[in-house]
Amino acid sequence: MTALLLTGSFFLLVGSFGLAKLPDMMRRLHAPTKATTLGIGALLIASMVYFTFAMGMPSFHELMITLFLFITAPVTAHLVAKAYILRHPDLRPHLPDVRASGGWATLGTTTADTRRGDD
Amino acid sequence: MIATACLIALAAISLALLLNLYRLAVGPHALDRVLALDTMVINAIGLVVVLGIWFGVTIFFEAALLFAMVGFLSTVAFCKYLLRGNVIE
Repeated sequence: MTALLLTGSFFLLVGSFGLAKLPDMMRRLHAPTKATTLGIGALLIASMVYFTFAMGMPSFHELMITLFLFITAPVTAHLVAKAYILRHPDLRPHLPDVRASGGWATLGTTTADTRRGDD
Repeated sequence: MIATACLIALAAISLALLLNLYRLAVGPHALDRVLALDTMVINAIGLVVVLGIWFGVTIFFEAALLFAMVGFLSTVAFCKYLLRGNVIE
């Protein structure tokens, strides 16, 4: 349980360190999404073990938190990456080709959607 | 033993929060700041969980759950705003 606590906090620290130190937005996106998921997972397992075995009251709120976080973390990362691709036109020559007819769906909405306005 | 581990974990998570604050202040684009806020919320959840172990109180998990929901919603709203220009169309 001590090891789980230390592992979790270590991975949280590593994720935030990567967020602070990596040079590029896409690489910065990579660090916290994975490391914080692992860190929060270890911390919540430590909490479940502690309250079940040391305090004698089993608690299952951690499972809800874990489920919610593990569902929402990929959605968040995906949305951030989409907005980043949309917001940086200098990135577009480096994007790989997609087989779909309209090209990248993120960019397709920009030309078709006139409500967005010019900014 | 567990108290020492909790102290070390609290120190590490506080340092992680400071690093997030650095990225939030320096971040060159708006999306860097959104990502820093998201990571900050996740670190705050970790902090709340470790504090719950430290005090031996289970009531903190509701706070952690609320943090998770509000953090996810705010991140999605920010990204939606940057993608589409408004939040609810």
